[in-house]
Amino acid sequence: MSFTFVLGALIILTVAGFYMGRSRSLADAGGTAQRLHSRPHYYGYFVALWCGIPTLLILGVWTMFQTPIIEMLVQNSLPETMLNGDPAEMSLIMNDIRNLASGNITSGEITPQIQAAADHYVSLNTTSSLAKFVVILAIGIAAIAFARSKINPALRARNQVEKTMMAILIVCSVIAILTTVGIVMSLVFESWRFFEKVSPAEFLFGLEWSPQTALRSDQVGASGAFGAIPLFAGTMLISLVAMCVAGPVGLLSAIYMAEYAPTKVRGAVKPALEVLAGIPTVVYGFFAALTVAPFLRDQGTMFGLDISSESALAAGLVMGIMIIPFVSSLSDDVINAVPQSLREGSLGLGATKSETIKRVILPAALPGIVGSFMLAISRAIGETMIVVMAAGLGANLTANPLEAVTTVTVQIVTLLVGDQEFDSAKTLAAFALGLVLFCVTLCLNIIAMAVVNKYREQYD
Amino acid sequence: MGEVNMNNAVEVTAPVASSDAARETKFHTRGVQVFYGEKQALFDVDLDIYENEVTALIGPSGCGKSTYLRTLNRMNDTIDICRVKGAIELDGTDIYSGSIDVVHLRARVGMVFQKPNPFPKSIYENIAYGPRIHGIATSKDDIDRIVEESLIKASLWEEVKDRLDEPGTGLSGGQQQRLCIARAIAVQPEVILMDEPCSALDPIATARIEELIDELRDNFTIVIVTHSMQQAARVSQRTAFFHLGDLVEVGETGKIFTTPQDQRTQDYITGRFG
Repeated sequence: MSFTFVLGALIILTVAGFYMGRSRSLADAGGTAQRLHSRPHYYGYFVALWCGIPTLLILGVWTMFQTPIIEMLVQNSLPETMLNGDPAEMSLIMNDIRNLASGNITSGEITPQIQAAADHYVSLNTTSSLAKFVVILAIGIAAIAFARSKINPALRARNQVEKTMMAILIVCSVIAILTTVGIVMSLVFESWRFFEKVSPAEFLFGLEWSPQTALRSDQVGASGAFGAIPLFAGTMLISLVAMCVAGPVGLLSAIYMAEYAPTKVRGAVKPALEVLAGIPTVVYGFFAALTVAPFLRDQGTMFGLDISSESALAAGLVMGIMIIPFVSSLSDDVINAVPQSLREGSLGLGATKSETIKRVILPAALPGIVGSFMLAISRAIGETMIVVMAAGLGANLTANPLEAVTTVTVQIVTLLVGDQEFDSAKTLAAFALGLVLFCVTLCLNIIAMAVVNKYREQYD
Repeated sequence: MGEVNMNNAVEVTAPVASSDAARETKFHTRGVQVFYGEKQALFDVDLDIYENEVTALIGPSGCGKSTYLRTLNRMNDTIDICRVKGAIELDGTDIYSGSIDVVHLRARVGMVFQKPNPFPKSIYENIAYGPRIHGIATSKDDIDRIVEESLIKASLWEEVKDRLDEPGTGLSGGQQQRLCIARAIAVQPEVILMDEPCSALDPIATARIEELIDELRDNFTIVIVTHSMQQAARVSQRTAFFHLGDLVEVGETGKIFTTPQDQRTQDYITGRFG
């Protein structure tokens, strides 16, 4: 009895419950829906919810705990000789049993004991699945019967259904919030472990970044330096270059779209610009690395500039193109939200269109425009793929966009890619960097939201 | 229908015009037609607007009075689908001819809107906006003087002279509307168009604006669109009645309200429709 099969049966049962509840309510009311407290389909939902929610919960919990419990039973049934208490060896044996049961290749020779255990494992699994199916079906049918028996014309089915729906909605949003909290907590705890090894002051204000640490005590290697300033500087440099591209281009195209473009052009241009936001960042990444960076390097040679093949400029330019839609789309919205009466007021005084835009529209829309810039910056700071491919790895502390720099996100990637020990300072540094990144983008987003909200209050 | 009524209107206006030949014609409009896309909003409107007088445009909603008002400073240009036909002359010059710069026209013909629309700037900057963009004043002293004079003329000076730095949007509705009038005056226009300037205001604020309109008549030509017939009777010297895109009747305000020539005018001012 596979999970999908049980789930399918459950859905059919729930749908059946809906129709049974609805027809029962109509029958109780003598066929006239007006005598019921709620519309008949609410009685249907009432029965369906009674059937669906408990059975789905049981199905979920059962499926979650089925494997661990069965493995524990199998493990306990193993002969004493094999239980020597070594957890690593135990897990190897369990792995063999699992593989044998599912027909995969095992690591060692198959002893009769293991074969027996595997058979036991298979039989337990079958029993459990069958039992799950029977129990859930029984509970579902019992729930339908119970809910149906409660139906009478005075039952406030609508109120109960709506209360239940609200509870389901609350649970969904709580899940989303809890996940966020979980992510933050894991960041904080891992960072804590990092800061036990490296002092926060050194991390936040150190000027040298060289995270290579010795894996074994007899290794000769770099001692490891965890000063993150070069990374913050690199991130800011690339974001600055990106905003130098996205700011003017995005804002000016927003002004064109909102103030000058005929409706038809706007209808075509705005989605076209928004397509930029839909291009996968990895595509931007190789565009930056394979097209823009070599082009800049070659052009640089012509002007006698020494531009490295991986430069902050190339990464920043391409990132700027990527975040144009963030600026243009949001700015276009806020410019459009400026009341028409202000435009007319200004034009009525004999102002030209450009004077109106410069002196009335833009100042009025400024908070919203600032908000859109903030969101774009936080996007630029958190962007990873483009900089991984085009910005380089060397942690140079420089303000020259023609040199290779590295960013916080690039370092997180390099620290965590490949085989890692999850208790060395090197690996844990990634979490500390992640935490800083999270805090910065969170602050920027909060500021942006506050600014945008303040703006909204002004005209509503 | 339209033809017959036009004749009526001409019959009414003729004696009025001849009785006071000394008055200068500011706007001379003949055969004005306005279309929004395929829909015609105004049919052959012939109307003269005289200098230093308040002309009220009345009529039920959708009759075209606001549309007509907005042709006088080409505010309809901002609507893509709007087309204007006919002759509209300001001091004898066709304002729709290619030689007229709409920016100069709007500097000469100011406008006050239905809803007070101060810019989200300080009171001072709201007034200084127009003079600055037209280069009427460049030095700080000149602008200070214009701001003060305009606010005095709009009878707002006493209320705001100590808080010129505060945002114009923070004033009350009536004060905002007087600020908008002051803003229009600051550009030193010849004509001020008012599109239902009191419809968003309470009776006290309305009374102040009406007083103000009466004072402004000495220096400006005023055209006001209003839904309130009492207001038209109180502030205007001449009244034009629009109905379904036609100019039905125009004449001395007193005559329009006491002895209207057209049955529809009669019905409207006695409250039988509209």
